[in-house]
Amino acid sequence: MKNFKFLASSIMISSVLAFAAACGNSDDANTNGSNSGQQSSSESGSSEQKLEGEIAIDGSSTVGPIMEAVSEEFAAEHPDVKAPIGISGTGGGFEKFTAGETDISNASRPIKDEEKKVAEENGIEYTEFKIAFDGLSVVVNKENDWVDKLTIEDLAKIWKGEPKKWSDINPEWPDEKIKYFSPGTDSGTYDYFDEVVLGGEPIVKDATLSEDDNVLVKGVANDKNAIGYFGYAYYLENKDQLKVVPIVNSKGEAVEPTNETIEKGTYEPLSRPLFFYVNNKSLKEKPQVYEYVKFALENAGQLAEEVGYVKLPQEQYDEQLKTLEGLK
Amino acid sequence: MKYIDQTVVRKMMGKRAMKNRFFQTLFFVSTIFALVVLAILLYRIFTQGISYVTPEFFQNFASRRASASGIKAALVGSIWVMGVVIPISLLLGVGTAIYLEEYAKKNKLTNFIQANISNLAGVPSIVFGLLGLTVFVRGMDLGRSILAGGLTMSLLILPVIVVAAQEAIRSVPKELREASYGMGATKWQTIYRIVLPAAIPGILTGSILAFSRAIGETAPLLVAGAFVFVNYLPENLLSSYTVMPIQIYNWASRPQAEFQNVAAAGIIVLFIFLIVMNSVAVLIRNKFQKRY
Repeated sequence: MKNFKFLASSIMISSVLAFAAACGNSDDANTNGSNSGQQSSSESGSSEQKLEGEIAIDGSSTVGPIMEAVSEEFAAEHPDVKAPIGISGTGGGFEKFTAGETDISNASRPIKDEEKKVAEENGIEYTEFKIAFDGLSVVVNKENDWVDKLTIEDLAKIWKGEPKKWSDINPEWPDEKIKYFSPGTDSGTYDYFDEVVLGGEPIVKDATLSEDDNVLVKGVANDKNAIGYFGYAYYLENKDQLKVVPIVNSKGEAVEPTNETIEKGTYEPLSRPLFFYVNNKSLKEKPQVYEYVKFALENAGQLAEEVGYVKLPQEQYDEQLKTLEGLK
Repeated sequence: MKYIDQTVVRKMMGKRAMKNRFFQTLFFVSTIFALVVLAILLYRIFTQGISYVTPEFFQNFASRRASASGIKAALVGSIWVMGVVIPISLLLGVGTAIYLEEYAKKNKLTNFIQANISNLAGVPSIVFGLLGLTVFVRGMDLGRSILAGGLTMSLLILPVIVVAAQEAIRSVPKELREASYGMGATKWQTIYRIVLPAAIPGILTGSILAFSRAIGETAPLLVAGAFVFVNYLPENLLSSYTVMPIQIYNWASRPQAEFQNVAAAGIIVLFIFLIVMNSVAVLIRNKFQKRY
């Protein structure tokens, strides 16, 4: 027993040391790296001033991955700027933003009137930028061979009021109960669906609500009578497990969400722009914030596609860059 | 002449023996159940994530590419936060317990405090997060810093430590204290030299559970201002930070399947961190247990 204890303790102590050593080493490597970076940038000329300082970014967890990619790439160019990202949600982000606590607020919906009012009271001026598109994807099980398209009215019928059977929507469809999977009511995705489809009425009682979209993917993939909706990225990654439903747009065409249809705007009304809001004062007073926003608008399209969203048409980025220049 | 009817006895005995066997099996199954769940969990996590636990995983910051993602910022952040949580919660927790057990008079006020400490243990963790946001982040203007997060976590686990420490102090035999007073020691000398060393094993057992909780909590820190993406190491107690459970949560909610494996790798690291931390506490406990 004693031997065992000795063995156990020595293993633990050595692992602690190993951890410490690993951390220590990489620390050294890092400081060395940034030092050399500083030297080279100061050598390269005085015209480009060295950026440093913090940028406070918070907000939507939907937009989070795009901004994380922006921060990651931005750090490669400006290693001394700290741009950490929080995901308090669109509403939570605006609460901090309108109190002047953050420089940039990510949002999966435009700012609401009551939030605007708070910003006004606190003397916060801001500018709205669009960063990418998300196409809300309506999906059903792979074995579902009856649904080939849905209109917004169909969706409303399915998702509002009492739980329904497929045959309630179309008498030719099977007499089976529909299983519902929806993002949680705190998410911007739900807000958008609510705005376009539910119109403020409560969602069906039987719906499985989850903040984790991967749970929704699994739920729909495992139940023949299931229907669900979530962000385009989750559909894209799980294409082989799901069947996406073409949605009839305002011109009467049934359109499937793809990069093209979302970017061109023919997949509507379920595609939505994603935003970030920037405090104007930060843009003027903190050069790192200005550079960050500029960097974001220049690279967001490509970075957004890498993490599963759809880029805006290039003209929109160009226009916003012009707006940005006017704010400096 | 037969005084004992063997068949009746056998029948009665059989019933009782069966009852005995039934409960034995029931308790055995409940023990196995927890073990099986743990085994399945470990098996799944390890098969999914072990190939991602590489030296690079410890040297890289978070990234949009699963293959380049690492846990460095979160691991170091967790160590910093625990560096705040452990001393503060132990000091406050054990201090409260000593006061309540050794100094406070047994009156209504003490009972009231006691009841409230027990109540605090049942308050949902998100409420502590909101408290931390209001008091530490905004009220004391600590910002979204390690210190604010650590203090929030300390409050969260304080009730558990207080209750455990009280229990441990109470179970120190009266004779030890009386012998100490008999030798002319003051109350503080008795507490410091006699009661505390004898109570340390009990205090640590409770604290281990509390610290394990603190290291795995996500919600209060998200509210109290931890970030999810941090690509630098904290420099001091006022730096912004992230911790392992938040980083794991972020990975697990990504659409790309490969991030699920990265999340599993993160869980393995968290798991090892937990074991190392708890083993140190167990070692200290065992050292003190030998003395009494």
